[in-house]
Amino acid sequence: MSRDIAVVAFAQTPHKEREDGLSEVEMLAPVIAEVKERTGVDRFGFTCSGSCDYLVGTPFSFVSALDAVGAWPPICESHVETDAAWALQEAYVRLLHEEIDTALVYGFGKPSQSDFREVATQQLDPYYLAPLGPDQVSLAALQARAHLERTGATEEDLRAVAARSRAAGRNNPYALHLDDPDPGEDYEVAPLRPYDVAPLTDGAAAIVLAAGDKARELCERPAWITGIDHRVDAHGLGARDLSRSDSARLAGERAGARGVEIAELHAQFTHEELILREALGLGEEVTVNPSGGAMTANTVMAAGLVRIGEAAARIHDGTADKVLGHASAGPCLQQNLVCVMEGEPRG
Amino acid sequence: MPSSPNHVLEFPGGYTRSVGPVIGRFLSELRDGRLMGVRTASGRVLVPPTEYDPDTGAAVTDEWVEVGPAGTVQSWSWVPRPRHGHPLDRPFAWALIKPDGADTALLHALDMGVHELGAKPPKTLTTGMRVRPRWRAERRGHIGDIECFLPEVAVITAPTRLEYRLRPGRAQDRFLEGISQGRILGDRCPVCEQVIVPMRGLCPRDGVPTVEEVELPHTGTVTTFAVNNIPDPRAPEVPFVSAYVLLDGAGMTMLALVAGVPADRVRMGMRVRAAWRPRREWGRTMDNIKWFEPLDEPDVPFERIKDYL
Repeated sequence: MSRDIAVVAFAQTPHKEREDGLSEVEMLAPVIAEVKERTGVDRFGFTCSGSCDYLVGTPFSFVSALDAVGAWPPICESHVETDAAWALQEAYVRLLHEEIDTALVYGFGKPSQSDFREVATQQLDPYYLAPLGPDQVSLAALQARAHLERTGATEEDLRAVAARSRAAGRNNPYALHLDDPDPGEDYEVAPLRPYDVAPLTDGAAAIVLAAGDKARELCERPAWITGIDHRVDAHGLGARDLSRSDSARLAGERAGARGVEIAELHAQFTHEELILREALGLGEEVTVNPSGGAMTANTVMAAGLVRIGEAAARIHDGTADKVLGHASAGPCLQQNLVCVMEGEPRG
Repeated sequence: MPSSPNHVLEFPGGYTRSVGPVIGRFLSELRDGRLMGVRTASGRVLVPPTEYDPDTGAAVTDEWVEVGPAGTVQSWSWVPRPRHGHPLDRPFAWALIKPDGADTALLHALDMGVHELGAKPPKTLTTGMRVRPRWRAERRGHIGDIECFLPEVAVITAPTRLEYRLRPGRAQDRFLEGISQGRILGDRCPVCEQVIVPMRGLCPRDGVPTVEEVELPHTGTVTTFAVNNIPDPRAPEVPFVSAYVLLDGAGMTMLALVAGVPADRVRMGMRVRAAWRPRREWGRTMDNIKWFEPLDEPDVPFERIKDYL
């Protein structure tokens, strides 16, 4: 059974570098209210969220976030313990095969309450990696080295990614407004400097999906999902070629990335953008991360969903006819999800 | 990072995990001080071993292969400021290391020796470098039974010292006597009339004994020079410049340090003056002259020094 499914609304909070006194539910409530108001829909056929209990160190902490949705009488609901882009994929599958025509997807994260690098170490292989204590930045730097050495790209090329992202982010009211990268900065973990590392932020985002005529009713120009795919690289970091991303390449091919005008990439380090551009075959003609990308607001568990939302918003506002939203999870771009969307009529 | 947490998530005593036969075999071998890999059906050797071939998902064979323990670095990152939980508390590298005989790489820490916090990556840290594990004396079947890896031995430092008691000889003795009094003395050749400094008692050109002693001024001209990048106890810093200085009136250059000017500003033809140590430090040694410093005078044209290089 095949149905056309589209992103019809997207909302996000301003992403904050510091804890600003709001609980997760308090952060989330305004964006849920915003997408409800924008679509006029109050009850959804399905609700799915993405978050990480380790950010607050409390099992099932995502359940309390349902307060922001309004779950009585009981709703049909699910949760993924990763970026909410994967919640969107679950909702997309539900819409494909169930008798529902709307779904609410949201993600949120408050990394300001812990040392997120230590939290992320806990997601690693528990036998061979986690006991050694490598952190996310150290592992990313291994991948950066491998990519630079294979392609001949330089640390200057990495800084150019940071500079372009930050310039774009300064035009995005929801992103951090960061100064141009300072070439004199010392290494955080060589070859990465602090500006090569996406700033962790607190925030939340929500998306409404709708099928067929319902989508046309709720949105003037729906962003139709024409392809969505998720692929995973080999588990062991030493068992794969870190200099490239086969899983992103496969996901891009299967989702139909060819011909997109705008791509929002969930690159959490500058070199990841270079690897993803190569894997997805994005040439110079493709505008990458006009929002500033995660390099200007890396809201853990929502930044991938925000990429899909930002890309969809370029269809909604008529800027583009074919766009791509990408999300990643795991160390060194281990998991990659690609969502390709198109608008009608084609300009 | 919370400086004083108000909430802690912890499994007191640690979380117990079953390792299964493949990881268990690897860790048991590690406890015995051996690095082992497992072979896949396609013949590749996986280190660290997994129960499945990452390419196909098929179960691995039960053939075990001893690898390394030496290996080659496939990629590395340099941690200038170790974090809490890192295996070393001084700057170190993370490295993907492919043990000899293996087809995949193992992540581990690589100890590059003592470096100050915040240090830049050492030049010897490269992809392709050869490394070996440092085993812990007490092993318990854990990836940390290898404390870290170390670079393979590429250099040794050999003790080099011989002792002498040199006699300067009569001419040099006389020259050093002059130096001990703050004077620079030379010999004039009775044949060619050039002044030889430091004194030798002979004219190297004509091979005749000299007879006339001449006192020379403390100013001269750099005829040629070298920039030295290996530290020397006599030089103020690295890089430093050693130069041939042609003292005014001399027919022969002497080798001296040039300082008081950046190494890349020293020129052939540059005018210089001897910088003496304070008189109370003088002895019968050329060390009385620390080095030569620039004089604020125009350079001497190359034509006039070309025979003194």
